[in-house]
Amino acid sequence: MNPFTLVKIAIRALLRNRMRTFLSVLGIVIGVAAVITMVAMGEGSKQSIKEQMTAMGTNAITIMPNQSRRGGVQSESTEMLEEEDIIAIREKATYINGVSPMVSVGGQAIVGNNNSPTTLSGISADYLKIRNYEIEDGVMFDDEADRMAKVCVVGQAVIRNLFGGENPIGKTIRYKNIPLKVIGTLKAKGSGDFGQDQDDVIFTPYQTVMRRFSSTTNIRQIYANSIGEGYAAKATEEIMNILKERRSWTKPTDPFRVFTQEEMIQTVTSTSDMLSLVLTAIAGISLLVGGIGIMNIMYVSVTERTKEIGLRMAIGARGKDILLQFLIESILISLLGGSIGIGIGIAASEIIKSVMNWPMSISITSVFVSFGVCCATGVFFGWYPARKASRLDPIEALRFE
Amino acid sequence: MQTDTPILSIQNLRRDFKMGNETVHALRGVSFDIYNGEFVTIMGTSGSGKSTMLNILGCMDRPTSGHYILDGEHTETLKRDALAKIRRQKIGFVFQSYNLLSRTTAIENVELPLLYNPSISAAERHHRAIEALKRVGLEGRMNHLPNQLSGGQQQRVAIARALVNDPVIILADEATGNLDTRTSYEIMMIFQELNRQGKTIAFVTHEPDIATFSSRTITLRDGLVKKDVINENVQDAKEAFEALPPPETFDEE
Repeated sequence: MNPFTLVKIAIRALLRNRMRTFLSVLGIVIGVAAVITMVAMGEGSKQSIKEQMTAMGTNAITIMPNQSRRGGVQSESTEMLEEEDIIAIREKATYINGVSPMVSVGGQAIVGNNNSPTTLSGISADYLKIRNYEIEDGVMFDDEADRMAKVCVVGQAVIRNLFGGENPIGKTIRYKNIPLKVIGTLKAKGSGDFGQDQDDVIFTPYQTVMRRFSSTTNIRQIYANSIGEGYAAKATEEIMNILKERRSWTKPTDPFRVFTQEEMIQTVTSTSDMLSLVLTAIAGISLLVGGIGIMNIMYVSVTERTKEIGLRMAIGARGKDILLQFLIESILISLLGGSIGIGIGIAASEIIKSVMNWPMSISITSVFVSFGVCCATGVFFGWYPARKASRLDPIEALRFE
Repeated sequence: MQTDTPILSIQNLRRDFKMGNETVHALRGVSFDIYNGEFVTIMGTSGSGKSTMLNILGCMDRPTSGHYILDGEHTETLKRDALAKIRRQKIGFVFQSYNLLSRTTAIENVELPLLYNPSISAAERHHRAIEALKRVGLEGRMNHLPNQLSGGQQQRVAIARALVNDPVIILADEATGNLDTRTSYEIMMIFQELNRQGKTIAFVTHEPDIATFSSRTITLRDGLVKKDVINENVQDAKEAFEALPPPETFDEE
């Protein structure tokens, strides 16, 4: 029997019981739509988290003093970071293409009658690259030329809060009574993953902060940028070696803590992976239930059509032909359900995305996988009823009323 | 009309059924030959073994022992699929309850046996189904569904279905059992006509008057051949039909 004829016969059999076919198709539709929506939901939240983390700079490495505290008292042995460390890293490190200290002062930034409690961050020019900031207008200060200069670069939130949205370039911000001239503005970045506004920033050369604001040579944090994804571990090790070398460090414990953005991303994504897994599993169960629905319907169908099976066998159908006939029916049900389910799943994802503003990401993989699972469901759950049909004794089957 | 080699030959055929601890001997050693062009009725009361006989002749069941040679082929050792192939190629069935597929047109019902033969194209299938329907006089109702046809017409579709694969033998199982006398005779007219055209027919029945239309009657009793007689005086179904009192007519006006 050629495949086309088989499919035609199967379609006719399915049309004969429209309601029943519809209900078993519905089971699969719900299952597949649920899988696709849930996966889209899981993937979406994972991606949005990742995007936020990436916006902070995927290759960023943070170096901090390894403060050992005993009973709340900072021990004497705590090593502090110095400007020389930055210079050493910049010169020697091969897996690093940017390094910047971060020294900050808290206070009020004042422009005319406006003021805002924005932190003043002392950085070097590399910081923009590390944290994925971009200059929108004006220029970034230069580490050498603007060493200790009273200049700053401001984020969009600062422009809004202090300058009423007007172009601030050339204007002056007063910070702790020191005037800082705005020479550049930053493109908007949006809020970070921990809630802080990444646009509410005032950047100034680190030497300016260290000399004019806090009179210290200690640096609390250094940010560095590894040359690419996958180099974080090597870069970390290299930085640590450079820092130890400068100090002729021999103690077994590391003087500094170095952690990478990649590690952070991994921690966060592993949590959201778990979430998507749970969602997908729940949706998968509904697909399974849909499959059992097909199996049930196929068993009913085989029993109901016992006489037809007997007749087909009497006029020369082999067990194989009967098996194929019923298998194709169940595959058709699941394929139909799968196709509609994919459509509804995608539509539902889009609706959730636009109405509930939930980050959704429909993955092609999940579409293909659930379609594949559908075919497998059709074969798997159709197999036993079809085999039952194919093994009927034609004499008994013909006698069946 | 008879040739030297039988189209169908059974030798010392036995069929036992296990019912729990008991063994029921449905057939206890039956032998007979059917030659090409014969119209044989197989008679017997219920329990005589005629259904078992028909199932074996139809290659739907295998004998416990003995031989069954159909069209030169030993069937007693064949597997399920090989038996299905024989049914597809050599046998045409006509059942008491027609067994047409519902919601399937007459012509599609007739095409059905050919669907399982991959060497026959859709066009040829269609052509042969039309020819078969013509032979039973239903060319005007090819696209009717079974529920739009009378019992006699349904049975004629079933006969066309049995003819369509050009079988070496047509096996009919109480093919007139569900029909009134007039329609029965009409059906017998078709069988006689087919037989005249050369078809070999084995017709299982328990109605003696049906047997009078055949050329030979084998009577089974308790699993054995009780009688096997050539019918010297074959009745013509057409004459018998015409001799029937006219059907009650209803004044439609």
